[in-house]
Amino acid sequence: MPSPFILDRSSVTQVMAWVLAALLPGVAAYVWLFGPAILVTLALATVTALAAEAAMLKARGYPARPFLTDLSAIVTAWLLALSLPALAPWWLIVTGTLFAIVVAKHLYGGLGQNIFNPAMVGYAVLIVSFPVQMTQWSGPLALTETSLTLAQSATVIFGGDAPKATLDAVTMATPLDALRTGLLQQLTVDEIMTQPIFGQFGGAGFEWLAAAFLLGGLLLWALRIISWQVPLAFLAGIWLAAGFLHFFDAGRFGAPWFHLFAPSVMLGAFFIATDPVSGATTPRGKLIFGFGAGLLTIIIRTWGGYPDGVAFAILLMNLSVPLIDQHTQPRVYGTSGRGKEPPA
Amino acid sequence: MSRKLFKFKGGVHPPEHKAESNVRPLHAAPLPGKLVIPLRQHIGNPAKPVVEVGERVLKGQMIGAADGYISAAVHASSSGIVTAIGPAAVPHISGLPDLCITLSTDGRDEWIAHAPLDYQAMAAADLRMKLRDMGIAGLGGAVFPSAVKLDPGAAHSCPTLIINGGECEPWITCDDMLMRSRAGDILQGVAVMRHLLGSTEILVGIEDNKPEAIAAMQAAAQSLDFAVDVVAVPATYPAGGAKQLIETLTGRQVPSGKLSTDIGIQVFNVGTAYALARAVHHGEPLISRLVTVTGHVLRPQNFEVLIGTPMHTLITLAGERDGSTGALMGGPMMGMPMPDLEVPVVKATNCILVKSNALFPPLPKALPCIRCTRCADVCPAALQPQELFRFAKTGDFGRAQEYHLFDCIECGCCSYVCPSHIPLVDFYRYAKSEIWAREKEKRAADLARERHEFREFRLVREKKEKAEKLAAKAQAARAQAALDQAKPAGLAAAAAPELAAAPSDADAKKALIAAALARAQAKKAGVVPKNTDHLPPGTQREIEEIEARRAKIRELARQPLESEEKKP
Repeated sequence: MPSPFILDRSSVTQVMAWVLAALLPGVAAYVWLFGPAILVTLALATVTALAAEAAMLKARGYPARPFLTDLSAIVTAWLLALSLPALAPWWLIVTGTLFAIVVAKHLYGGLGQNIFNPAMVGYAVLIVSFPVQMTQWSGPLALTETSLTLAQSATVIFGGDAPKATLDAVTMATPLDALRTGLLQQLTVDEIMTQPIFGQFGGAGFEWLAAAFLLGGLLLWALRIISWQVPLAFLAGIWLAAGFLHFFDAGRFGAPWFHLFAPSVMLGAFFIATDPVSGATTPRGKLIFGFGAGLLTIIIRTWGGYPDGVAFAILLMNLSVPLIDQHTQPRVYGTSGRGKEPPA
Repeated sequence: MSRKLFKFKGGVHPPEHKAESNVRPLHAAPLPGKLVIPLRQHIGNPAKPVVEVGERVLKGQMIGAADGYISAAVHASSSGIVTAIGPAAVPHISGLPDLCITLSTDGRDEWIAHAPLDYQAMAAADLRMKLRDMGIAGLGGAVFPSAVKLDPGAAHSCPTLIINGGECEPWITCDDMLMRSRAGDILQGVAVMRHLLGSTEILVGIEDNKPEAIAAMQAAAQSLDFAVDVVAVPATYPAGGAKQLIETLTGRQVPSGKLSTDIGIQVFNVGTAYALARAVHHGEPLISRLVTVTGHVLRPQNFEVLIGTPMHTLITLAGERDGSTGALMGGPMMGMPMPDLEVPVVKATNCILVKSNALFPPLPKALPCIRCTRCADVCPAALQPQELFRFAKTGDFGRAQEYHLFDCIECGCCSYVCPSHIPLVDFYRYAKSEIWAREKEKRAADLARERHEFREFRLVREKKEKAEKLAAKAQAARAQAALDQAKPAGLAAAAAPELAAAPSDADAKKALIAAALARAQAKKAGVVPKNTDHLPPGTQREIEEIEARRAKIRELARQPLESEEKKP
């Protein structure tokens, strides 16, 4: 066994565990602001992901233990669950998770080999295939007349006999949906923003969920689990694109702060676009990757067919990674660029 | 002394483990009964033995002479009898034996006659040859013959001389101890280097985790008649790498594929400077060095060790412990495991690090790369190790070279931080050796192709020559045959001279046809009377009629030939 003979105390499991830990403030905020339904979704996605991971490892002839304990499947499950409406039916969660783990991860070669972010592939499949079910967002507790207990949430998710009136009372359009609908009704942004679903600078409740994700993201950066380039460039892309549009026509385009504090942006910027496997690897490449994802998010939100564009933006940037990496190789020691020497 | 320092990219901070061995005083290791001195201890050609088995040698006597410019001599580290010259175990990862001279020491430790060199009076080239013959080579690890590095070459001077006291590898403290105890001698060696290189700026770089060494060197520098800047550099592995130390101290990078002398900088280890001082001021060749014995031993410490001393005697001296799992030569980041502990201490042996499962747990099994780029963050060569790994693993060596595989210094930072525990450096070593092997193969194949192409050319040429020769011969034969045949027939006689005169292909064919006709006619002429003898008159007439028709046909058949023959 040749050198080196010592290792830093880091492991894939440790990296993934920190990602999960950094998601906890967001999960806590979610429960506090929107009710405990997300816990059911998270649990169901976790169980599905682990089962799918184990089955695929067996089918592919890989040892189960080192790969199940690397926690990467659970990270995928949580990222997908946090992107789904909390009261989405169970089969939607299971389908999305299965697609993420089986197709997007293992059929591409498993850990480290997937070119697309598995959670975002799962999300994209669901929003394309089941757009109606993907709207069952539970509204912020502050705005709904009634709330569901954990048991009631589980009943709704597993298709039990929850009274239709209750479901209608606890679900509502997300701020991005409301903005989209309002704009289609020829309302101005200012008029739309008077609706109760909009809060201080984002959506009511949603802005605080976004802040919780931001907090977790900063923790990952402080621990150097993620680099600063991707999140910063992502947020800059959002802010600049939204700000540019808002500056020219504040009546038709949402304010940059509003776009930044949609929870999907903070989750996407710090937890999803920073997925190392499917992201760019060079420092400049990370900036391009993040900025491109931010830009595309606003473009898709503004002109696309779906209310949110984070997932599609990240998938599109995933596609561009080999090109970005190839053209952003950093200067190697003793060279003035790729293959050249510095002037002596 | 407040020099502006530059930060090199990357680097890691593994636990230093210096305090284990640098708290005990330096001791000379006792004279062993047997010394095994490899002839290949340096980069370049191995030394050639100049003693015989059974010969008595003195301490400091040359037993292997330098072979060529890039080579260095080896010497008897003590007095005794040469008992063997042949392959023996040497400290190399492969475990393959190499040519060694084995001495049985006589305990008298009797020196050969030696005297200081008046280096300032000597011609530079003579001094360098003398240093080569005294076996001086870089003691920082690479063991490059110092005489070569002390030749400023066409530039006639090397403005900046850097003395490397970085010692960034964990566990190793031999340079630290050397600087603490023999700073004055080191600087005497530096004076010789300065003399040979014509340097105007002399910098000593020492990691700031060695305050005693820095103080000792600074104090010794005060009493010199030239300026030496002793600089504390931040302790970051691999700050003691030559390229990294150059960048830290000067802000300059050695161009890829070039030497530091190309930018007017030469770097020597402090141990080399000390060895040079012993050689010049005492006339002593390189026969001993400082070795750190540390890790899983009772009393980690530094010894002054004769080259050729078996490693296990040092481990015994430092207090062997149960549960050892082998030893490394060098540090944990770049050292190499020893095939066995009988191997001798050589010029490159800066440290013997005894392992145990507690200190060096077996490395966990590798997981797939998740492209987290921690390796790229710590790479001091600013490479993209994750990409190089991918290229090496998939055998895409061309891309690996494009991504500057050969700028990798194998410092091990990438492997150290990899959360997937991938032995990345192994993959780079593998890719490098594959590329070297392929280049060698390609050269061999190019040679073989050239040979083959020449052979093909030669065969074609020979065939052509043979065909020409044959054609000429055949023509001559045909012409002869035509002549021979035509004469008795008396028909083709007119054609024969022309055939001989015009040896073209068409003519040759015509000649053949003519010859065949002539032969047929000659045959007929001979046969006809025979067949028609004694026939009844009716038959005779019939035959005559047939003969007449045939004659007519023959006449017709011959006409085109004759008409052609008439043309010229």
